[in-house]
Formats: sequence, C-alpha cells, structure tokens
Amino acid sequence: MIDAPVRWLTALGAWAIDSVWRLGLASRFLGATLAGSGTALRRFRLTVKQVHFVGNYSLIIIVVSGTFVGFVLGLQGYNTLQKYASEQALGLLVALSLVRELGPVVTALLFAGRAGTALTAEVGIMKATEQLSAMEMMAVNPMSRVIAPRFWAGVISMPLLAAIFSAVGVFGGYFVGVVLIGVDEGAFWAQMQAGVDVFDDVLNGVLKSVVFGVVVTWIALYEGYDAVPTAEGVSRATTRTVVTSSLAVLALDFVLTAFMLGSGGW
Amino acid sequence: MERKSVDLLVGIFVALGLAAILMLAMKVGNLASFSFSPNDYSVYANFDNIGGLKVRAPVKSAGVVVGRIADIRFDDRKFQARVTLRIDRRYQFPKDSSAAILTSGLLGEQYIGIEGGGDDQALAEGDTIKLTQSAVVLEKLISQFLYNKASEGSSK
Repeated sequence: MIDAPVRWLTALGAWAIDSVWRLGLASRFLGATLAGSGTALRRFRLTVKQVHFVGNYSLIIIVVSGTFVGFVLGLQGYNTLQKYASEQALGLLVALSLVRELGPVVTALLFAGRAGTALTAEVGIMKATEQLSAMEMMAVNPMSRVIAPRFWAGVISMPLLAAIFSAVGVFGGYFVGVVLIGVDEGAFWAQMQAGVDVFDDVLNGVLKSVVFGVVVTWIALYEGYDAVPTAEGVSRATTRTVVTSSLAVLALDFVLTAFMLGSGGW
Repeated sequence: MERKSVDLLVGIFVALGLAAILMLAMKVGNLASFSFSPNDYSVYANFDNIGGLKVRAPVKSAGVVVGRIADIRFDDRKFQARVTLRIDRRYQFPKDSSAAILTSGLLGEQYIGIEGGGDDQALAEGDTIKLTQSAVVLEKLISQFLYNKASEGSSK
C-alpha cells in the first residue's frame, strides 16, 4: 500500500540527482570544449568545414521560414493596424518584432531542429562506433579535434543565420504590405528607421542570437557526447537535444529581454 | 594553403550573413538615409511647427503622392523648421501654392499636402513655398477651445 508513494518518491529523487549530475557534467564539458578550442582556431580549416555543415545547410530553411514569417507579420500587422488607421506603422511593427524577438528565437528553434540534431547524432554515432575512443588511443584529443570546431561553427553560424532571417523577413513584410496591400512605401521605411534603434534593437538582437548559438550548440554536442552508445541511446539523445535546447532558448529569451529592457526602464 | 570548394560556399554564407547585419543596421536601423532619384526637384517650406513630421514622409496633392520630404532642419534665425520637399518632375505647381502639414487618420502619420494656387509661373528648383500651415498641436487646440468656452460663459 505504501509502495506506490515510495517508488514515486524514489524516482523523483533519482531524477533530481541525475539532473544535477548532468548539469555538472555539461559544465565540465563546456570548460573542456573552451580549453580545447586552441586547435579549432589554429587549424581554422576544421571550423570552416563545420560552418559549411552547420550554416550553409541551414540556409534554405532559414530563408524560407523568414520569408513566410515576414509575409504573415505583414498580413496580421496590417489587419490590426488598419483598425486604428495607422497602417503606415507596419514597417516598424514588422522590423521590431523580427529584429528583437522572432529573428533570434525562431532561428534558434529551427537551428536546434536542423543543425543541433545533426550534431548530436553525428557525435553520438562517433561515440557508439568508438571513433572517439580510437582518437584518444592515437593521442588525439577528441575535444579539440571533434567537439571544439563544431562548437565554434555553431557560435559563428547562429548570429549570421538570425540576421539573414530578420533581413529576409523584413522584405517579406515589405512584399505583402507595400507590393500586395499597398501601404505607402516611404512611410513603411521611414517609420521603421525612425523607430528601430541600431544599438538598442539591432545589436541586442545580434547579442541574443550569439547567446542562443552558444547554448544550442553546447546542448547538442553535450547530448551527443553523453549519449548511451547504442542506436536507441543516440535517438534519445537527439530528442533530448531538441526538447532541452528549445526550452532553454525560450527561457533564456525571457531573461535576456528582461535584462535588455531593464537597462532602459524598470 | 590550397583552396577547396567548401571555402567558397562558407565564404558565400558568411558574406550573406554580414550583408544581412549591415542591411539591418543601415536600412532597418537609422544609420543611413535613402538616395533620391534625379528626376525630382527641391522646394523649401518654412513651418512654425512640424509636429511629428518625419523625413521620407510623403508629399501629397489632392491625395496623390507627388514627392517625399528629403530633409528637416531648424532655422535658428527665424525659429522655424525648414523642410526640403523633393517633388517629382512630372508634377508642376504654381508659385503661390500653399503647403500644409496634415495627418492621415486619427493616429496616422503626418504628411505635407500641397494646394495649387493661381500663379502662371511654376515652382522651380530651390524655390520656397510662402504660404504654409503648421501641424495642429492638440494641446493648443484644446486650450483655445477652453478659452473660447470661458469667454462665452463670462459674456452671458
């Protein structure tokens, strides 16, 4: 009779201890990655190859999503603003929502799905097929040869992808708002330029995307490195990458936004 | 170092990303202004108060966009705002046309409306529009209304 609550409590405790354990391991993993970064930066060709894998291959999904998010923002924004006869503010609405929020966040979520999973699976299978152990046997540090180049590639690619997303989205909004619906073109750009600040909005957006890049890549690589070396283990690790990094991005987004707005008000 | 095709592709990717950041800074942010086409001519107008008028706002006549505002400056001799209008060469206005700052809708953006006059000479590059009407300042309007109400009440 008392069995069920006890078992439940035990499971909860095991889960809590395991979580803290993994958090500590992940921190040590990040430290080791940073310590092993020397090679990745000295032999930059390794990193460039990974930028190609992580960045170039994500380009299409980012451009297409950015365009459609811009389209939708243009339509929705026009519909709402038009009620207050201020549809000229459409450019401002589209640009601010993209640069401040949607650009970094949606890009990070897509990046986790497109590049993060690939990284986890790749590293996990390297581990499962004992390639990482083989490297260690040959006195090659897998941290600096495998992990660090991928980490820096993610950190470099993510802000670039987010910027491309925002830029494409602005043109998407422009296309729907100005070309299809017929909002005044000058007002579209003028209100945007008057309302968007280069440092408060654009730079903060870039800063956000850098942080998201670090977090998503870190989680993806750690999950791969920590995966149980079986087919099932790798598939679980891949799922965990998407779930954990998406949640981390959304939570961090709130914290970062609070900080960034906090410098102006509060 | 030997060149590989990967380098080219990564180069394209990085260039695209940097171009996007630059575009966000210059075009979406306010680091640079637009260039105007050479098919325009500049006309100036002085206003006592421009309200919320912005550069690049439209210049309309009879509701049709005929040009853009290129520049807004403060003239510290006359204590007025000096607005530069770039008007399309296709449209000619008489020299005694008037310019007014109007608002589209209740919360809409402000623009300059031009009403044609009766002069047989047309406005040319560098001319100044003499007859101008400033933007409506809501506070002034309300205080005027209250003042009139008060004087009405005392005269009874």
